[in-house]
Amino acid sequence: MTIGLEHYLILSAVLFSIGLFGALAKRNAVVVLMCIEIMLNAVNIAMVGFSRFWGLLTGQVFAVFIMTVAAAEAAVGIAIIIAIYRSRQSVDVGEVDLMKW
Amino acid sequence: MPHHLAWAIFLLPLGSFVIISFIIRPFFTRWPQWAGYTTIASIGIGLIFSVWTLIDVFNNGPLYVPPVDWVVIEGAVTIHLGLLVDQLTAVMLVVVTLVSLMVQVYSQGYMHGDGGYCRYFAFMSLFTASMLGLVLADNLLFLYVFWEGVGLCSYLLIGFWFHKPEAAQAAKKAFIVTRLGDFGFLAAILLIFFQTRNLTGAGTFDILFLHEHATELAKIGFLGASVATWAALGVFSGAVGKSAQFPLHTWLPDAMEGPTPVSALIHAATMVAAGVFLVARLFPLFEASEQAMLAVATIGAFTAIFAASMGLVMNDIKRVLAYSTISQLGYMMLGLGVFGYAAAMFHLFNHAFFKALLFLGAGSANHATGTFDMRQMGGLRKAMPWTFATYLIASISIAGIWPFAGFWSKDEILAHALEHQPALFVLALITVFMTAFYMFRTVFMTFGGEYRGGAGGEHSKPHLHESPAVMVVPMVVLAVLSVGSGWFNFVEGGFPHFLEGAHGEPASFFFTVLAHPWPWVSLLMGIAGILLAYAMYSAKWVTPERMGQLFAPFYKLFSRKYWFDELYEQVFVVRFLVNGLFWINQLFDTYIVDGLVNGVAEGTLVAGRGLRRLQTGQLQLYGFAIAVGVLFIAGAFYLFA
Repeated sequence: MTIGLEHYLILSAVLFSIGLFGALAKRNAVVVLMCIEIMLNAVNIAMVGFSRFWGLLTGQVFAVFIMTVAAAEAAVGIAIIIAIYRSRQSVDVGEVDLMKW
Repeated sequence: MPHHLAWAIFLLPLGSFVIISFIIRPFFTRWPQWAGYTTIASIGIGLIFSVWTLIDVFNNGPLYVPPVDWVVIEGAVTIHLGLLVDQLTAVMLVVVTLVSLMVQVYSQGYMHGDGGYCRYFAFMSLFTASMLGLVLADNLLFLYVFWEGVGLCSYLLIGFWFHKPEAAQAAKKAFIVTRLGDFGFLAAILLIFFQTRNLTGAGTFDILFLHEHATELAKIGFLGASVATWAALGVFSGAVGKSAQFPLHTWLPDAMEGPTPVSALIHAATMVAAGVFLVARLFPLFEASEQAMLAVATIGAFTAIFAASMGLVMNDIKRVLAYSTISQLGYMMLGLGVFGYAAAMFHLFNHAFFKALLFLGAGSANHATGTFDMRQMGGLRKAMPWTFATYLIASISIAGIWPFAGFWSKDEILAHALEHQPALFVLALITVFMTAFYMFRTVFMTFGGEYRGGAGGEHSKPHLHESPAVMVVPMVVLAVLSVGSGWFNFVEGGFPHFLEGAHGEPASFFFTVLAHPWPWVSLLMGIAGILLAYAMYSAKWVTPERMGQLFAPFYKLFSRKYWFDELYEQVFVVRFLVNGLFWINQLFDTYIVDGLVNGVAEGTLVAGRGLRRLQTGQLQLYGFAIAVGVLFIAGAFYLFA
């Protein structure tokens, strides 16, 4: 069995779905943040897969960009979570509903 | 005659209005008499030009005035400002300018010292200009503008003393009631426009075009009758309103709240005659429709006797004259309806002079006594000889006594009625008797017997005096015309010959009319009326009270004006409009219109209250919604593209 584009894409889709489920269903803000990272990296896999398939480097370049953004996002996200934790003693996303009606 | 002068006749009084309103009234408040002089000068010059026009038309036929384009839309409509100066117009020009000039001169005395002196003459100038525009206009649209213009001036002048509630009410009533008729007129103008568009490709308002193509309009069917019938009836409804014919007659007696010279000019001689003029102006259209002619004749004859009956019992001298005017206008309508085009216009011509004179006489009597109630007058014969003499002449004239002016025109109308509608002829003949009676009733009550005190105070007997010369002279001029205007019938083949060209019958000689039996009958009817008035109000062989008891039901019917005011006010206005139509409209407004607006606002509020529950503040829920949405879009894309 040769490893083709489909395998990468399926892996990417599975990872993305896992990440999406975690981001929407988990209560812990840190886990939600981690799940978002999984989704971003699922996209990276798809990009690199396409890049290889088409023989163009654009996808890989974008993957590097996404990694950079992901790192920055994680830093900001963790900072917010720490700030919330300090004020509320909790990292449960269900309790953070200041934008309610 | 240069055709520019025809424009000048109309533009001079208009200029006078502008000068008085914008120069004399604001800047020369200390010399208001200049307002009167300006008006008199402009109308006086207008009179000279009018007489010139009449002579010119008499000798050379209609005067051609090149029209000026006003609105031109290629292939659709061309409206021009033009003047139509034919025989009918020429006669009307002289009537309007002559009576107007006399009334303006008279007003110098009557309105002396009134606070609204400038305003009065400004309105009078505007009225004269509008009236002249009305008779000169050569297309219906132009005519309609002035038709409403005279209505407006009538409103302004009836309500001249607007601080009196009755005057303000009367002005409003006149305006609204005539508007009912004008609606029909406007509809007729539009009908004519659209139907002539089918005829020629481009619609027209041109009056001469209608003269030439009336028979073609009569052949086009429309709503169960011909176009000509509907158009003529619509025009006639405008005339009914303006000329105060039954059933829109109720405004004219109330219009007497205005100053008396206004009544003389507008509500006796000119504006109310505009309805008759309008029918005469579009006479070929009426001739093309049998039904329309029948309607005109019937309404006219009925109004004549109907209004005369109310005039029998009124105690206010101006109201008697008002009913008399309605009755005489009914005569003219009858004349038109029985194909007596020239006879009706001849009567209009004569009536303008003697009716204006009667009003001026009533005003003169009011000037001395301070009242219009004849029960408080009496005995003015000695104190006011000139007023008495002129009033008497006008009364004889309107009663139709040979050889005064009224006799000639009234007799021609009767002759035409006998020929075409014998039943209406009988009504007209009875009206002759009633006219003579109520006119001489006013003569005996006002001028005969002993003075009964007037309004008291400064109007008590020792202070009775003849009016100043400025008021008497116009009355004398009109008195001369009241005697002699009928004799125009004997100039060059007479009035019919002049108005209708070759169609007119040759005029009879001055005395030959007395060789026929019918003139004698009408003459005897008139004399009988005068004798009855003499018997009741001067010799007192039968007292009016006794007569009132004898004919109690009739007396009540007449003096309450057949309850028409009550019918209109209580039934139409209160029951039908206020409690009916307006009530329904109000319900519609409250529940449908307001309901719609409030409903939209309420619905938005309720929807907002429900929808804001979606804003939970839970980011994960939003994320879920986004994910579902993306899936949905992707799925749709995959399925359909």
